[in-house]
Amino acid sequence: MNLTLKIWRQNGSSDKGRMVTYRVDDVSPDMSFLEMLDVLNERLILEGDDPVAFDHDCREGICGMCGMVINGVAHGEQKLTTTCQLHMRHFKDGDVITIEPWRAAAFPVVKDLVVDRSAFDRIIQAGGFISVPAGSAPEAHSVPVPKADADAAFDAATCIGCGACVAACPNGSASLFTAAKITHLSLLPQGQPERESRARAMVEQMDAEGFGGCTNTGECTAVCPKGIPFDTIAQMNADYLRAASK
Amino acid sequence: MAVTGAVLVLFLIAHMLGNLKIFLGADSFNHYAEWLRTVGSPALPNRTVLTITEIVLAVCVVLHMWAAVSLARRAAKARPVKYAAKRKSQANGYAARTMRWGGVIIVLFVVWHLLDMTFGTVNPEGGDATPYARMIAGFQPDRWWVALFYLVAMVMVGLHLRHGMWSAFQSLGLTRRPQVRSTLQTTAVAVSAVLVIGFVAAPVCILIGVVK
Repeated sequence: MNLTLKIWRQNGSSDKGRMVTYRVDDVSPDMSFLEMLDVLNERLILEGDDPVAFDHDCREGICGMCGMVINGVAHGEQKLTTTCQLHMRHFKDGDVITIEPWRAAAFPVVKDLVVDRSAFDRIIQAGGFISVPAGSAPEAHSVPVPKADADAAFDAATCIGCGACVAACPNGSASLFTAAKITHLSLLPQGQPERESRARAMVEQMDAEGFGGCTNTGECTAVCPKGIPFDTIAQMNADYLRAASK
Repeated sequence: MAVTGAVLVLFLIAHMLGNLKIFLGADSFNHYAEWLRTVGSPALPNRTVLTITEIVLAVCVVLHMWAAVSLARRAAKARPVKYAAKRKSQANGYAARTMRWGGVIIVLFVVWHLLDMTFGTVNPEGGDATPYARMIAGFQPDRWWVALFYLVAMVMVGLHLRHGMWSAFQSLGLTRRPQVRSTLQTTAVAVSAVLVIGFVAAPVCILIGVVK
């Protein structure tokens, strides 16, 4: 199939940036979205043009590197799917596809579709850890964890930190990401000693990074490729309020 | 946002119940309005409870708006470059998307409503008439556009509460289980619907001549 792509091109953080239109012909429906961009880039390189920069790594939907806003939807309209796992069979011959980077003040554009997500790393550094003696792994049954808690913690822990939640949020809020990281630890016994200081530190770091506030629109969880539950945001709010009331 | 909103919802429920007294006749409605001014008397001077309520409501409205404006300003700062493609909502949150503009419409409505029913400035009967007379005169068929404005505003209130009521529980961290959230969302729809029906009942019945 033949496609028209409108892609955001921005040569470095100080460049103003603009949408540029490209045609890509003979796209196979079996290609992934990134493979389709690879085809475009091979041609651009042969023609002596600058290839479109985009982040990617595992291309298996588990590393969280890839991500772009496709026709106004983070990772495209296919639910529970990262951009690398989105296949061209979901598009039609002759489609015009708009491709943009995540838009957030806290995610400055590095080049084209690549954004700097270090803000997420700093949120994790602020409290996304537990203090345990290092060494060999402890006996698995020494700290019993109820099944329901283990499942809920695991659901939150599947967050790959891609940033789609921020990109989709009308407020540019990082609440779903931060909430997933807080919930994953706060539901487990190992996370209890630092539960309140963690919630406070991570929420304050999230605000300091310049993300917006949550208004519970639910856009984040709807585009999340890992389906991080909306309930995690309530868990974050509960932990934060408990910390703030002391 | 959550706490001030909760106070305003409680007020709306009381206000709707009071409005329904119009169906019990002029005396019942006027007595109720009188009672609001004399409740607690003679232990308390007249209008004590009413004045306190008015102050609490005014403070809540101001704080609620302040919170909304700061959230909107934060959102604008958090995304300085907008998307070129129209961002498609994936969450089916029509009510959530109308919160800000809906809120502005509701504020404009409240201003009109106070001028109409409280001060009587824009009411045909004026401020000296009985509450019942003001209400009846306000929604006569020749002023159909007033009733229509009330109807639109009440639908906006309904949408506002449909998102706002469960959202308040989420903000306070009380919806940590999916079942709790879905129950609250259903409750929010039901309470919003009851409030909208309760509020539009009087204007509509006056408009079509059932209540005279």
